[in-house]
Amino acid sequence: MTATDTPTLDDVPEPAPVDPNAVSITINGRAVTARKGDLIITAAENAGDYIPRFCYHERMSSVGMCRMCLVEVDTGRGPQIMPSCMFPVSPDMKVYTDSPVAKAAQEGVIELLLANHPLDCPVCDKGGECPLQDQSFSHGPGESRYVEEKRHYEKPIPISDLVFLDRERCILCDRCTRFADEVAGDALISFTHRGNLTQVNTFPDEPFASYFSGNTVQICPVGALTASPYRFKARPWDLQEAESTCTTCSVGCRTAVQSTRDELVRYQGVDSDPVNWGWLCDKGRFGFESVGSDDRLATPLVLTATGHQPTSWNSAINSTVQLIKDALAAGGPSSIALLGGARGTNEDAFAFARLAHDVIGTPNVSSQLVDGLPVGVLGLPRATIDQAASAKTIILLAPDLKEELPVLYLRLRDAVEKKRSKILEFTSKGSGLTKYAWKTVYYEPGTQADAVTTALADPAIAVQIASGDVVVVAGRANLAESSAPTIAALNVLLGAIPTASVLPALRRGNVVGATQVGIRPGAGGLDSRGILEAAAHGSIECLILLGSDPLSDVPDADLARRALAGARRIIAIDTFVNDSTALAHVVLPAAGYAEKIGTTTNLEGRTTSLAQKITAHGTSRPDWMIAGEIARQLGTDLGFSSVADVTAAIATHVDGYDGVTTNALAAAPNGVIALAPSIDRVNTPTVDLGDRNAYDFRLVVSRKLYDAGVAVAHAPSLAPLAPGVAVFVNPLDVTRIGSSIGAEVTVSSSTGRIVLTLRADASVQRGSAWVPFNQPTSAAGAVKIGDLIDAGASVTDVRIESI
Amino acid sequence: MARLSEDNVRIALEIIGRYPRAKSATIPLLHLAQQQDGFVTNEAMAHIGELVGTTSAEVLGTATFYEMFKFEPVGKYLVNICGTMSCALLGAEALMHHAEHTLGIKAGSTTPDGLFTLEHAECQAACTEAPTLQVNYRYRFRVTNETFDQLIDDLRNGRLGDEIPAHGTVAKIRQRIPADRGVGAVAPEDVTEPPAWMPAPQAQGSTS
Repeated sequence: MTATDTPTLDDVPEPAPVDPNAVSITINGRAVTARKGDLIITAAENAGDYIPRFCYHERMSSVGMCRMCLVEVDTGRGPQIMPSCMFPVSPDMKVYTDSPVAKAAQEGVIELLLANHPLDCPVCDKGGECPLQDQSFSHGPGESRYVEEKRHYEKPIPISDLVFLDRERCILCDRCTRFADEVAGDALISFTHRGNLTQVNTFPDEPFASYFSGNTVQICPVGALTASPYRFKARPWDLQEAESTCTTCSVGCRTAVQSTRDELVRYQGVDSDPVNWGWLCDKGRFGFESVGSDDRLATPLVLTATGHQPTSWNSAINSTVQLIKDALAAGGPSSIALLGGARGTNEDAFAFARLAHDVIGTPNVSSQLVDGLPVGVLGLPRATIDQAASAKTIILLAPDLKEELPVLYLRLRDAVEKKRSKILEFTSKGSGLTKYAWKTVYYEPGTQADAVTTALADPAIAVQIASGDVVVVAGRANLAESSAPTIAALNVLLGAIPTASVLPALRRGNVVGATQVGIRPGAGGLDSRGILEAAAHGSIECLILLGSDPLSDVPDADLARRALAGARRIIAIDTFVNDSTALAHVVLPAAGYAEKIGTTTNLEGRTTSLAQKITAHGTSRPDWMIAGEIARQLGTDLGFSSVADVTAAIATHVDGYDGVTTNALAAAPNGVIALAPSIDRVNTPTVDLGDRNAYDFRLVVSRKLYDAGVAVAHAPSLAPLAPGVAVFVNPLDVTRIGSSIGAEVTVSSSTGRIVLTLRADASVQRGSAWVPFNQPTSAAGAVKIGDLIDAGASVTDVRIESI
Repeated sequence: MARLSEDNVRIALEIIGRYPRAKSATIPLLHLAQQQDGFVTNEAMAHIGELVGTTSAEVLGTATFYEMFKFEPVGKYLVNICGTMSCALLGAEALMHHAEHTLGIKAGSTTPDGLFTLEHAECQAACTEAPTLQVNYRYRFRVTNETFDQLIDDLRNGRLGDEIPAHGTVAKIRQRIPADRGVGAVAPEDVTEPPAWMPAPQAQGSTS
């Protein structure tokens, strides 16, 4: 051990404790302490010396492809030129990032990279935010000795429905192909024709149809990859940006929301270490199109004899208040119910929870739509995404995370690929994580509790579970089941593994936040199914739909129809007219994403701030403001005159949210964890599977990433990606049906009968049938899968017959 | 055509069994596909991806690195005339002109009867025997116009059937290692100790 400097006599006599992970190096003549294992490029950046780079990306493995990060390094064997992204620091290493030799190397690399680059910056979307452009200025020679003809390729070729590839601009840095392979697990693009003609390409007729394709556009260090929703829409210097959180699903990825001329044009992923690591799914990334849709509701509507008529806010609020007063007079407070709130901010949810619980006085409030889990799951010991992605064992009792919570899928996939975790999956249909799972236990829908009991008795599984911490990802895997079988299985798991914590895989953007701040049944109140049944029986005088569309989202279509027909008055607060709001007596236009500030809480309880970037569409207002106005006219002042007032009220009044203040959020971009200690954990419900007829198929209904929901249907780039509806069975079951693949078949259950196309899918288990939920169908032949589902039954059995 | 035949799938599975990771069998399987169809079809590449558990794009990326995998139909006999230094000095260019004239095609194309494809080649590592050419990678040394014409004539009339099989054939006899004869593939992460034949490391004194 040698000291790096000689202490003088009057210096501190006792030596400082030696940090075993500290490595002393010299960067550009300055002594720097780096961490053991740091790459030179990272150590230099931490020390304030930025080394230029194209291929290096901190969330992916180093490959040393572009050679841009060459620096001069002396490890005691004399100076050498080294790619700094490939070498970790070693003791007493001397690094020179801008010595004449290093500069000459970097300039040479730029000159070579530009030898074939077309320099069409004036017409390139990347111009202005292009690392190649920037580093050509900062680290390039300024001129080229190459006079030869450049390499030519067909100008941009579509490599998927969303992404274009310009091979002339490509500098072959391997970022997109590495992302596709290492991060997304969809290696649908690869270097082909390696040699003089190396290019990135897909296999013929097999497009780069990854749910994560937009990330390659974001990390491309040149303009080679462009995404169709943003192409030629704006120049980087005309963009304004605000950091926010994506609320498309409940993962809560941090985003940079970018607009120009008061119009959203792009979202970029922001690297939030505990959540998304900079990645976004394509549904979240391109969802801005739905915010700017021309179909948005711009003015309040009231129902008249001739249908919905636009009206003023004053008259709409008056009508709303009158509807509520009439309902109170007719049936009392508990005849009023509120469904929804999971699409807005915590502030929106809290204001409406106050309105419902305190002003109106009804306990019948729910943020879910019969498609989630009882709110009690939020009272279980909660895991964070980081804890899940570092747990020894991750137990999946959840829907296909790749389809419903895509970035959580990336994090868990990474945990498996880096050998931190093993996945034990319980499912009735193969999922996106099945090929990464250590063990997949297939169960027949409804029997998951038995499957869990059997699995836990397996010695190998017992050893694995005993080897360390366990996180259970719990959600509603099958909409054709009630939530009871999942809860029963979850309780078996938690009973057997008392130390396990739970990550609730509930789907809607702010469902956890809305539920925690108060949109949940009060004492003796009805849950979402109870509310709909009460409405169907005619005992709901007024139903408030807060950004919810029961006709599309409730699995039991018949129940939803009867409920909306049975509710005497319907008030809707929404951004679009949808099937349900079309029936409302008053429709109030709500401000959408990036049109209002506030906070949101993701599935871990992480509460982050949402930014406003554009003016709210038309005359639409944030929900909290609408709630405050209704409350005032009902005689109670909620005391909210700004969002900050509501945020402060949440911090004061809601258990677990005392740390969520505007100041705390400003100081913590990664958010503050807010849990709900006061929610009771859930009881074990009874599961009644009924008789199993050997001729029937047991139905699995689950969501695909792209469906007929508003975020996709109103986004022109995403809407065509919805796969459409069909019934899928195991290939070995096709002959049993007596029909053939591609033929129309009738699918009938005890509640209904629909006609679907028959398809085969090996991920569907024998004896079960899978149908994707809420897929777009033609208006003429509208097919509602929900017609087959009875919310009161534990499972759904269907008969599939050829026509 | 197209995907691997049932017989070849059987061979493919045997080849995959020799490797600890199925992906390692990609190139042997590409050879198998080229042997089957004379060139590597897209369908075969997709099939290989399924067999070794990679995407078709990864198979394409690997396959297109190699000059000797062809992705479009080539003639039964692929004639490569070397044009690198020694051959060039000894008349490779004239030989190529003669070959083009004899076969009636330009280098890089195939005769209409599908029998011959003519290509320029880089050094074939037989400089002492220049000028050289290869037919389906079988050498012909010190080629003259006359021996070239004779070679084409022999090939046309099937007189070299034993020596030069159709394009894509790597070896006339395929090595078969039945499952019971294989030594068993061990994945690198499963190796816990050095192989038995490796001498135990000697105890070393301190060097400093």
